[in-house]
Amino acid sequence: MSETQNETSGANAARYALELQGISKSFGLVRANRDINLKIETGTIHGIIGENGAGKSTLMNILFGMHRADSGKMFVDGQKTKIRTSADAIAHGIGMVHQHFMLVNRFSVLENVMLGSEGGSLLKQGKQATIARLQELGETYGMVVDPHALISDLNVGMRQRVEILKALKGGARILILDEPTGVLTPQETEQLFEILRVLRADGVTVLLITHKLAEIMEITDNVSIMRAGKMVGHRATADTSPQELAELMVGRKVLLNVDKDAPQTNDVLLDVQGLGAMSSRGHRILDDVSFHVKGGEILGIAGVSGNGQTPLMEILTGMRIPDRGHVEILGETISHDAPKTPKQLREIGVGHIPEDRHVHGLVLDFEAQENMILGYHDGALSGDGRLMDRAGIRTHCETQMEKYDVRPRDPLLPAANFSGGNQQKIVIAREMYSHPKVLIVGQPTRGVDVGAIEFIHKQLIALRDAGCAIVVVSVELDEVMGLSDRIMVMNDGKNIGIVDADKTDTNMLGLMMAGIEQEAVA
Amino acid sequence: MADFMLQLLLTFDATLRLATPLILCAMAGIFSERSGIVDISLEGKLLTGAFVAAAITTLTGSPWLGLMAAICASVFMSMIHGFACITHRGDQVVSGLAINILASGLTIIIGIALFKKGGQTPALSSDERFRGIEWFGVNMMDNIPVIGTIYRQLISGHSLLVYAALLAVPLCAFILYRTRFGLRLRAVGEKPESVDSAGVSVAWLRYRALIIGGVFCGIAGAYLSISHGANFVREMSAGKGYIALAAVIFGNWRPIKAFYACLLFGFLDAATSRLQGVDIPLIGEIPIQLMLAIPYIVTVLLLAGFIGRPTPPAAIGVPYEK
Repeated sequence: MSETQNETSGANAARYALELQGISKSFGLVRANRDINLKIETGTIHGIIGENGAGKSTLMNILFGMHRADSGKMFVDGQKTKIRTSADAIAHGIGMVHQHFMLVNRFSVLENVMLGSEGGSLLKQGKQATIARLQELGETYGMVVDPHALISDLNVGMRQRVEILKALKGGARILILDEPTGVLTPQETEQLFEILRVLRADGVTVLLITHKLAEIMEITDNVSIMRAGKMVGHRATADTSPQELAELMVGRKVLLNVDKDAPQTNDVLLDVQGLGAMSSRGHRILDDVSFHVKGGEILGIAGVSGNGQTPLMEILTGMRIPDRGHVEILGETISHDAPKTPKQLREIGVGHIPEDRHVHGLVLDFEAQENMILGYHDGALSGDGRLMDRAGIRTHCETQMEKYDVRPRDPLLPAANFSGGNQQKIVIAREMYSHPKVLIVGQPTRGVDVGAIEFIHKQLIALRDAGCAIVVVSVELDEVMGLSDRIMVMNDGKNIGIVDADKTDTNMLGLMMAGIEQEAVA
Repeated sequence: MADFMLQLLLTFDATLRLATPLILCAMAGIFSERSGIVDISLEGKLLTGAFVAAAITTLTGSPWLGLMAAICASVFMSMIHGFACITHRGDQVVSGLAINILASGLTIIIGIALFKKGGQTPALSSDERFRGIEWFGVNMMDNIPVIGTIYRQLISGHSLLVYAALLAVPLCAFILYRTRFGLRLRAVGEKPESVDSAGVSVAWLRYRALIIGGVFCGIAGAYLSISHGANFVREMSAGKGYIALAAVIFGNWRPIKAFYACLLFGFLDAATSRLQGVDIPLIGEIPIQLMLAIPYIVTVLLLAGFIGRPTPPAAIGVPYEK
């Protein structure tokens, strides 16, 4: 894949399209980039890989002048360069395709491509030239786009092509793509890679930012690995393996081994039959899902996010009304004709730890103690139902904070000022207090530090051992496998299959997450 | 019949005169709103322009100096709005309201201090105003029936500022849709990130939009006090800035459509003042209070759904942060 490129670097030792030395950048106390060094050979596809939050996007935004580095040096084509604005970057032949497209949806392709390089103070002056250039670029690189089409009428793959054309039309010889495949279908991804290969053959240097190992292995010549704001390794793709890259990305192997005994199950507390839901735009987002959960077991739900987990959780907690099927939960029925409110469900013993604690779990501007009584505010816990008993609420909050190790132990601190892990502990403390018989948990440890993850897992296991039926939705496969007794995999709103956690592996779950049903499992 | 025709022409004539400040303010609103800045401060800028035009003309005797001063004062108000909303990312509605209140208070206080007439400025002589311009050949055209009358009554005889307002509409449309500046301006109101990543300054674009808006509001203010009127009166903008903003919305942030909306409001205004005290068959005399409320009632009705759903610039009201 990389034989032609390696020759060019040998002929001229200084042929790096881009070189970074000691780039650092902080946002407040967060050190997004620390002392980054990077060399990118001209005419290669160079991958930058790292987990979400490793600092990849920040680094690229510095390269493109959207952010300014606190310190460090940058060389473009061997020349020391200062890039202060995007205009500087563009002038130095750097183009960027952002993760979230920088296109005006109400404009035509032509207007978007012209924006910033109009070719004169009247649009007329540059119009014909731009159309011709678009045509030429489109034919050269195999991405013809109708210049007069409105962006809002194009699909995501086409919009991305417009972004690439925009960068190339601006004269880009170094093209940065930030997570370009996150929104693409596999077919569109393949087409994109084909375009990138043609660009490389034409001498364009491509920087591909991704967190997907398979893409790095498939298309890049070299790869640099980032972790927690630092550059932790550089490899020639041919000389490395996905295993090595994964280890570098994650650091030490994080083992999510959860200590737990075999489940002592009792009655079925949650029984879902043929459940379905439509989005407000009329798409089927949940399709004929059936499963049951007994008291004393944890059912994990695995899947790429956006495959129906969210509407399922919303129905189970009373936040959405299903259009088909029904749910038997603790002796009550939820269906289209008999919807239940979240309050009714809480009263019969359904607890809810929401996927997004900032939206549904906490009122960030409220004090911790006020968050601790949400949902109990009309009960005895918070007063007589009319006036709030501040002292009582505070004592309650202090007790819960002690029990669930929330730090700092300050009931008056607004929820926003706690770390992610401690915010999650506040939510868990609140939901556990009512001793739920069914608990619906979404992303229990998203954005939570390692120490808190262990604590949260222990709490969930303890609740399970006390006879609670628990549903855990998580995009972290390791977490689902560690916590669950059984695992249901969802794809495109459907239940692909349910497997026993100790009789499966990531490979099998991965195939199921891609929608391939596995016959051999229970 | 001829009399009815004349009445109709006179009403259209009045429509044009009453719509002029609305048209200028609407063009101002289109520029700032298309750049993503909510502009309820049209009212305050209009009022400021009206006062400064009358005050400076009274002091210097030159309506041209009055006009220039009105434009400067109105642009200054725009810059306060910009400093609060663009540079400091403040709330655009709050800043706009503050400017309206500021204009309302300052014009009266300074007016009383300067002229001691309870907030009014002294009446200007006809040399000190922008008067109607008699077009070439009006008397000759009089011999031609119908066309001669239309020429004399409707086309000829307006002040320079009325023609300026009429010219402003195609000019705005041209700038917005045919020029580089216009393309960037529309983009910055839809998706400022796209402009930023193209290497163009979001803040400077928005400031320029507000400056243009200030110029138009200044001209509109000068029209009120030294062309249409002969002095400044307390609160003489009387909600015209808000009506212009409604016209911008009816016009879906497009110059030509907003112009039609301004004409509609101008016509309602003209018709209601002509109908005052007139006995209408079957209905009888309509109370003046109801007449005066009609433009606002129409605004509410139109906004409530008689027009298609307006699509505002996507990024309007949102301060730009990287």
